[in-house]
Amino acid sequence: MAGLSCAYELADSGMTILVLERGDFSGSKNVTGGRLYLAPLRGYLPDLWKDAPFERRVTKELLTLVGDTHSATLELQSSPSHQQVSPSYTVLRAKFDRWLADIVSEKGVFVIPQKPVDDLIKEGDKVIGVRAGQEELGADCVVAADGILSFMVGKAGLRKALEPRHLALGFKEVIALPSETIEDRFRLGEGEGAAQLFVGSLTKGRMGGGFVYTNKESLSVGMVVGIHSLNQTEPREEVYKLLDQFKERPEIKNLIRGGETVEYSAHLITEGGIHGKPKCYTDGMLVVGDAAGLGLNMLVTVRGMEYAMVSGVLAGRTIKRAKEQNDFSAASLAYYEKLLSESFILKEMMTYQHTLSILENERLISKYPQAIVDLFEKVMTVDQRPKASLYQTLCQGLKKEFFNLQTLKDWIQFRKL
Amino acid sequence: MKITEKLALNAMKNDKSSHIELDPRICATCRERYCLYACPANLYSLNEKGEMVVEFAGCLECGTCMIACIYGSVRWKYPEGGFGVQYRFG
Repeated sequence: MAGLSCAYELADSGMTILVLERGDFSGSKNVTGGRLYLAPLRGYLPDLWKDAPFERRVTKELLTLVGDTHSATLELQSSPSHQQVSPSYTVLRAKFDRWLADIVSEKGVFVIPQKPVDDLIKEGDKVIGVRAGQEELGADCVVAADGILSFMVGKAGLRKALEPRHLALGFKEVIALPSETIEDRFRLGEGEGAAQLFVGSLTKGRMGGGFVYTNKESLSVGMVVGIHSLNQTEPREEVYKLLDQFKERPEIKNLIRGGETVEYSAHLITEGGIHGKPKCYTDGMLVVGDAAGLGLNMLVTVRGMEYAMVSGVLAGRTIKRAKEQNDFSAASLAYYEKLLSESFILKEMMTYQHTLSILENERLISKYPQAIVDLFEKVMTVDQRPKASLYQTLCQGLKKEFFNLQTLKDWIQFRKL
Repeated sequence: MKITEKLALNAMKNDKSSHIELDPRICATCRERYCLYACPANLYSLNEKGEMVVEFAGCLECGTCMIACIYGSVRWKYPEGGFGVQYRFG
């Protein structure tokens, strides 16, 4: 979607724009959790949204802390008047990207499917085109929008090897359910949607969590697990089994009851934030979206698609300017990096530069969700003994789990968030 | 639901040759076998001789194996145009 957004920005510029698509159609190789936040996009793409194939407008946010045998959920229900202010929408990429590709095609852009790029064509250090199978295609400017694994960024020498610490595996099932069933189970109005994140014992000590997003007639149920953490955490377990176990928990089992899994997908997600971002320009080439490492785990919100679309637009603006000056050198294209740093993208990535070290704090996954859930359970439980005072129960619980040096240290670290 | 049944749900067109290659010399010296645990499609396994093998059909094209294998044994590229997984939902 970063590449298509760039093409959209350039469509009326008089330049010839080619989008080389790896899959059978745009979106066929792409995966999201996931949802799109519209507010950051409107300023950059004001006219795009009228017929966008959104799944559901998210009116309900749920954050679930998962313990071994219990869980506790915090629910944010927006009032109808507030929902227009900062909406987000669940999307499925095979639909959304295909729609976007149709729009840019109508504007005169050539979107060519089944054309994975194999290599860059260079003249010295300058990128002058790409090779796709037997074909060589020359260009004033190449825009690398080849996703998180971006082999083009590697070939251009803009990045060293990708690191396990900077990446997480996201994988999910799409589970079909009737629209009314989804709305009933999540207590939603017609067309309304929910987004639920899970953190705690479901990842068994691994950095990451779970998610459920409501689509029109399906749920996206999945998990995210950091690769370094996946490699290092004992006891070892095949990652795909974690999702099966998650689906067996009552929190999920009752949501998906009677549903039919219709697709199983996986994709890498950047967790490195600003530390995983390569240089985004060189002579004759710009890098956008996931390829540029533009994504952010903000702990309770996960961002990426807005960054992809806006970086595409900013790359388009940079190319227009370069065309006017007839200068596609690195010095000219460096303007893109300036636009990125002035945008919300790099501002947010700078604000959240310490997040990775906090995410890697194993107690955030293993200790605190369990402790909060345990305390909540203690408060709610009535057994045969006379019930202790609420104040006493809370104090004892807090003292045991939170009034210690380790938690103080963690708290100081969390302040960087 | 078994993982193989999940993979069978996906629209998939398999090429004749694999887009994932392992370096048997590196795999022979590996103790951790990160790939076995990291692949969400469970496509890695040890054969009867104890050698690591990977089945490319069913690959979700996430690239996790290539990142998880810190020894650089996994040579991974995208399948040729027209092949591999074609997500209908994504």
